[in-house]
Amino acid sequence: MRRAEIITAGLMALLSIYLMFKSSELEIGYVKGEGPGGGFWPFWLSAGMLISTIWIAINWYLRKSPPSQSTEKYLDSYGLRMLMLVGGGVTALIAVSHILGFYGAILLFLIYYIRYLGRHSWPVTLSIAITTPVVTFLFFDIAMRIVLPKGYLEPLFLPLYDFFF
Amino acid sequence: MAISRRHILGIAGALGVTAMVAGLPGTAAAWEPNKPIDFIIMAGKGGGADKMARLMQAIIEQEKLSSKPLVPVNKSGGSGAEALIAAKSASDPDHTIMVTLNSFFTTPLRQPKLGIDIMEFAPVGRMAEDTFLLWVHKDSGIKTFEEFLTKAKADGNKWVMGGTGKAQEDELLTEFLNNNFGLKIKYVPYKGGGEVAKQLAGKQLNSTVNNPSEALGFYESGDVVPILSFTAERLPLFPNVPTMKEKGKDFAYGMQRAVVGAPGMSADALKYYENLFSKVYKSAKWQAYRKKQSLFGDELNGDPLKAYWKEQVDRHRKMLVDMGAIK
Amino acid sequence: MEILGHLSDGIFTALEPLNIALMLVGVALGLFIGAMPGLGSVNGVAILLPATFLVPPTSAMIFLAAIYYGAMYGGAISSITLGIPGASTAVATTFDGRPMALKGRADLALVTAAVASFVGGTVANVLFTAFAPPLAQVALDFGDPEIFALMLLAFATFIGLGGDDIPKTLFSICFGLVMAAVGLDIMTGEPRLVFGDITGFMHGINFLVLAIGVYGIGEMLWTIDSTRGEMTMTGAVLTVRGILRAIKETAKGWRGMTIGSFLGFFVGILPAAGATPGSLMSYGITKMLDKHPESYGKGNINGISAPESANNSASTGAMLPMLTLGIPGSPTTAILLGGMVIWGLQPGPLLFANQTEFVWGLVGWFYISNFFALIVNLAFIPLFIWMLRMPFTVLAPMIFVLSIVGGFAATQDMHDIWLMLLFGIGAYLLRKLDYPVAPAVLAIVLGPIAEPKLRQSLLFSSGDPMIFLERPIAGPITVIAIFLILLPLFNLIWKKMKPKPAPSL
Repeated sequence: MRRAEIITAGLMALLSIYLMFKSSELEIGYVKGEGPGGGFWPFWLSAGMLISTIWIAINWYLRKSPPSQSTEKYLDSYGLRMLMLVGGGVTALIAVSHILGFYGAILLFLIYYIRYLGRHSWPVTLSIAITTPVVTFLFFDIAMRIVLPKGYLEPLFLPLYDFFF
Repeated sequence: MAISRRHILGIAGALGVTAMVAGLPGTAAAWEPNKPIDFIIMAGKGGGADKMARLMQAIIEQEKLSSKPLVPVNKSGGSGAEALIAAKSASDPDHTIMVTLNSFFTTPLRQPKLGIDIMEFAPVGRMAEDTFLLWVHKDSGIKTFEEFLTKAKADGNKWVMGGTGKAQEDELLTEFLNNNFGLKIKYVPYKGGGEVAKQLAGKQLNSTVNNPSEALGFYESGDVVPILSFTAERLPLFPNVPTMKEKGKDFAYGMQRAVVGAPGMSADALKYYENLFSKVYKSAKWQAYRKKQSLFGDELNGDPLKAYWKEQVDRHRKMLVDMGAIK
Repeated sequence: MEILGHLSDGIFTALEPLNIALMLVGVALGLFIGAMPGLGSVNGVAILLPATFLVPPTSAMIFLAAIYYGAMYGGAISSITLGIPGASTAVATTFDGRPMALKGRADLALVTAAVASFVGGTVANVLFTAFAPPLAQVALDFGDPEIFALMLLAFATFIGLGGDDIPKTLFSICFGLVMAAVGLDIMTGEPRLVFGDITGFMHGINFLVLAIGVYGIGEMLWTIDSTRGEMTMTGAVLTVRGILRAIKETAKGWRGMTIGSFLGFFVGILPAAGATPGSLMSYGITKMLDKHPESYGKGNINGISAPESANNSASTGAMLPMLTLGIPGSPTTAILLGGMVIWGLQPGPLLFANQTEFVWGLVGWFYISNFFALIVNLAFIPLFIWMLRMPFTVLAPMIFVLSIVGGFAATQDMHDIWLMLLFGIGAYLLRKLDYPVAPAVLAIVLGPIAEPKLRQSLLFSSGDPMIFLERPIAGPITVIAIFLILLPLFNLIWKKMKPKPAPSL
């Protein structure tokens, strides 16, 4: 945890510097007679982020914050596995929705999660995995008129539109 | 769960229909949308363009003019740049239309990096042209344009004009006044016209160039007074307000309220939308709204609309160059 | 007395059988729309607006009022049960609502939220009835410097919100404020912080993208990790007696309700401010005035009743500038405003004079909608609690799906979904190192209001910051805000000055 604390602070400092650099595309100073320029707000707040990370680093050096004293591992094997399986699953859910649309991706994601991570029975898995996209479609596409992406499955939905509208 | 059974039947039906359609290419029937239509609004929720777009959507829905619904999506980012890019990169141009305002002309000029050529967009129809007036607060005691000039000149850059956005319609008009009448008005940009009108009514600003629809409420209550209109002829709603032309400058400026199709829209689809919005234009509701909000600009579509765009682009280019916003 | 006549006319119209039915449907619909992360009253009203042209305007308005109220009640539900704020107005509700639900008292949290909403809505309606026209003037007197001063005050009340780690809290606030600047600089019209020239950044970062990412995805990962997957939402019992007991216990939240109802209304009537700062400030002030501020964030009942009564009160208050000035205080009222124009009503200072019947009728419907919303909400609480009792391995994927779909519904852009995932994973990793995430979420809500107001004010004064101190309304607010910001510093110095016994941190 101690090592993670300083590495994270370092990364966040780099992020702050990048944000300061990016903000400086616009005027970061105080324009005479007009007040702050367009980059003023993000630039100086990013500078605030940078100062905070330096402060965090000092606390780390002085061992004042709890993570800088902790000897626990930052991501133990469970945490890492969880991040891969769950975080990876969610990432795949988003990636697949570009191809199969939200409804196809949700179906696969729920099967993956409930069956393989949750170890529930197939009847439970399938009933939830099928009901959810159906209810979502009726609620969003039909009732709320928010058309969710369909990807390559679009042709399957055309008759449904004819039916509902 | 009758609904889910229906859904399943739908999918089964879908497979059948797709198979059939694949077998019979090129049917001769007139083009019809086969899914909900993306209706991009080039401005945020609640603004003038948004209200108008939602009114059009309501008319279409109420009079059942379209077999599939229009789904409004607000894309206000980058003064409309986001909307232009979304329309240009639409995966299905036949089902993507957009409501535009003058940022349709100014944004591609100001941000050439976007690579947008507005002449590629399909000219569905101009529904109206909104007008601009010069407004002051009644407590300022100003009643005529001449009095406005005297006071504004005396105040120099202490005279504050509020408007919507930067280097857009309102600032272009302010710049016009500054350049032609030797004024030094200070321009403060706001997010929307309604907020601008409120700031004038609360005497936070000295003047505005609001559209009538934005200032009407405060006009009727007598808080704000129009002293000049930027139109070719006097507005029926404000018969006593002189035009800029009467004050010696041949200048009129309006805000287009037009519907365009995404670049790459097929000719058949364009015809369908032209027809659809023509019906909207002719509806009693739209005509009543035009009258109430004091809108100008007759219906325009096809080549005449494109010609109008060309004219507007050239004009805005010149205005922006004069202002120093572009080279 | 004429007003009361119109008011009771409105109430009687609302009590016709057709209208009662519309109202029940509207409230229930609104409740679900509001409970869905990503969707709020603005979606409900926008989508149903066209449909209202099919029925007479009175019934249409009653229906919309019902949806509006239902959605306001619903916002608290996902904050409490899922820990994801359904709308920016419900952010503060997560701070204590979620911990209370985790302690097994989801029933109490939900009942408190419902009752507090009802109280807030009722107080606001009464204030509206009594003082609408004079308050409209107050709203006009609030120019840019005043709104900025108010935002400063909102931040000041939140200084203590982060954790004990000061630099990490500061980092979180600054990060949120920088993210709020992404998109377009409205003062120069230039694109700003459009990373890698990706179009998706042009519309800026919607508050919901950060909030759903942090609370939906990040918090879920953290929960799974810290409980080793053995997570159960314990003991949310489901008995009629339990609910009745909870209703009795709600009375303990009276402090929060009082502060929230009045403060929320006042902030709500200011155009540009709206319900979110109102609910945040109510939470902050309730906490600040409490003898035990340390009990907040751990499931204090006042921590739920304050923001919930405030956001309801403020949402009603936001109708005031809309009706009297024609200025929408929130996107929802902006759309309602559009609707009124289409119905042939001209909102503005004359509406109260020319359309007395309509205005007071509307207020009458608000009273009734608010009441129905309470009843319907209480009736649905068992359903929401039942949802929490699903096995965690079923609930978790459903929350992920809801987060993604809700996030898409908010902005309808896949770019934002990826960004949400990035924020979620980032929040999880930072959360493990004690970085507080709530300040970033607050900052991204208040930042887009504060920055333009700061710069518009300074443009007015030609760059002179004294404008915030010299104006009669802005001055005192600024002074109080600065005092509150410096308060922790004074405390620190005070403690240092006092000779203290040996053991330190």
